Amino acid sequence: MSNQNGRFGIHGGQYIPETLMNAVIELEEAYNHYKNDPEFNKELETLFNEYAGRPSRLYYAEKMTKDLGGAKIYLKREDLNHTGAHKINNVLGQALLAKKMGKTRLIAETGAGQHGVATATAAALMGMECVVFMGEEDTKRQALNVYKMKLLGAEVVPVTTGTATLKDAVSEAMREWTSRISDTHYCLGSVMGPHPFPTIVRDFQAVISKEIKEQILEKEGRLPDVVMACVGGGSNAIGTFYNFIEDKEVQLIGCEAAGRGVDTFETAATIATGKLGIFHGMKSYFCQDEYGQIAPVYSISAGLDYPGIGPEHAYLNDIGRAQYVPVTDDEAVNAFEYLSRTEGIIPAIESSHALAHAMKIAPTMDKDKIIVITISGRGDKDCAAIARYRGENINE
Amino acid sequence: MSNIGKAFENKKAFIAFITCGDPDLDTTVEVVKEAVKNGADLIELGIPFSDPTAEGPTIQGANLRALTGGVTTDKIFDMVKELRKDVTIPMVFMTYANVVFSYGAERFIKTCSEIGIDGIILPDLPYEEKEEFHPVCVKYGVDLISLIAPTSENRIAQIAKDAEGFIYVVSSLGVTGTRTEIKTDLESIVKAIRENTNVPCAIGFGISKPEQAQKMAGISDGAIVGSAIIKIIEKYGKDSPKYVGEYVKSMKDAIA
Repeated sequence: MSNQNGRFGIHGGQYIPETLMNAVIELEEAYNHYKNDPEFNKELETLFNEYAGRPSRLYYAEKMTKDLGGAKIYLKREDLNHTGAHKINNVLGQALLAKKMGKTRLIAETGAGQHGVATATAAALMGMECVVFMGEEDTKRQALNVYKMKLLGAEVVPVTTGTATLKDAVSEAMREWTSRISDTHYCLGSVMGPHPFPTIVRDFQAVISKEIKEQILEKEGRLPDVVMACVGGGSNAIGTFYNFIEDKEVQLIGCEAAGRGVDTFETAATIATGKLGIFHGMKSYFCQDEYGQIAPVYSISAGLDYPGIGPEHAYLNDIGRAQYVPVTDDEAVNAFEYLSRTEGIIPAIESSHALAHAMKIAPTMDKDKIIVITISGRGDKDCAAIARYRGENINE
Repeated sequence: MSNIGKAFENKKAFIAFITCGDPDLDTTVEVVKEAVKNGADLIELGIPFSDPTAEGPTIQGANLRALTGGVTTDKIFDMVKELRKDVTIPMVFMTYANVVFSYGAERFIKTCSEIGIDGIILPDLPYEEKEEFHPVCVKYGVDLISLIAPTSENRIAQIAKDAEGFIYVVSSLGVTGTRTEIKTDLESIVKAIRENTNVPCAIGFGISKPEQAQKMAGISDGAIVGSAIIKIIEKYGKDSPKYVGEYVKSMKDAIA
């Protein structure tokens, strides 16, 4: 019953019902065993390369660079992975681990649906049962992903409690896990929740920064000046940051969803507007009222529409190693359209938050500086919502 | 022995859970008084939380109704002060870690001791994290109640040894809510607990009928009922106190 692990400074921990404690202890023990198992790692690498299409490209966005007139911009193309987002990295790792643990059923929460689709995909591939919890509001915003999950053989449970978005889907998945533990693995989609999830998910996503480092050294012969990514729970961001944390000269920037602005109640920017709290199994920063009631956050992006942030990000913020900036709906939508027009790449609305901030800072930087932005996913899923945002109704 | 021990002195305890402020705090006061009048031995007062991850739909609904009605931690503290003019049996708070943490652990727990709250139950604070609040609880003489679940197994001994007040034995996997049948081997869990502590243990989760309460209290030192009471409050609203009273009497009679 050690509590030494699972803390990032004061953040993290295991604030969960007693019913789940042995399950997370079992998971931690299994993970500690398999993470050093050459056979496990070989299997995972094969899945990454042969199935998910890794390594993902590091693309020099020449037109964007010239147009913005400042730092050289590279895009880490996680959108080109199988299932169209970085989520597959974590899911393949966890599904393989769950299978080794003898679990036959995966449950997951999903916001935008990318993690749900990835989990349903891995379940189909590995012959496991799959149930995905998704806020009812999000099932409407992301109807295509709901169809995909069903097509892949998963059951999708619309969650109607609370704000019917990502946080409620997490709560419902946790409730489901407490009722069925022996055959079920909770495939958590971000670097959040109780220990060991923030560590496991980070390790599986760290392949992003491992590849960026190799690729940029090959292309430029040096490390980038800035690496950046969008942050909801923070899985693609921690994946993007992780192998650069010790390289102090590389600036790390996480872009939070400010919704309609950090001075409004319709925001999901946790670092900008939240305070320290305990929720969903972890101590970290959360959007909440003075009595600790979790705030009904808002963002145009279902994947960033979450009132908390992973504990390692909270820690990186505390020690000043990473910087977190808010980006509004409007700025993200502009960036979504900008990258589509400029580079012929339709990015996820989540990733567009990182692009929007890059568009602000790149022109202020010298031409010999290098920015790497992780495009966490593709934007096909967002086209209908963005069209609506612009006052146009299209049939999906 | 803390004040909570009185609930179990020479008898099986009936423990009633009530969400504060559902549908309003005046009704909560009357419901508690009726429950006490009809034989409840300990009252668990729920401080509503926006995202109660250990609760089933019934208590989730009560939390939502209470919060929508504008209930806050401060208003609940005031209500308890009022209640304590009439109610002498032990009372504990049931809420989530963030409600205590955000108020400030010291400020929250000190207030508990001042207004006559004897213990705190936090379903999202397992043994590994109890240091978050336990030292402050000790300082102010408020018991931090431990939970033991059907999955606790090798953890029972350690949790039981450090337990205080009473031990909340979770009858089944899953969240709160009424169940037609409880299948867990609770006899062996209670046996393992009793090998490690003299602190009384009561069983909760899924109990709604007198015969279930009788059986659970027979195995342990008491029965905890939440969702079944909340359903009565949900149905009768402001008129619920007398119906809760009748229900508590039927349950208490069954276990006495």
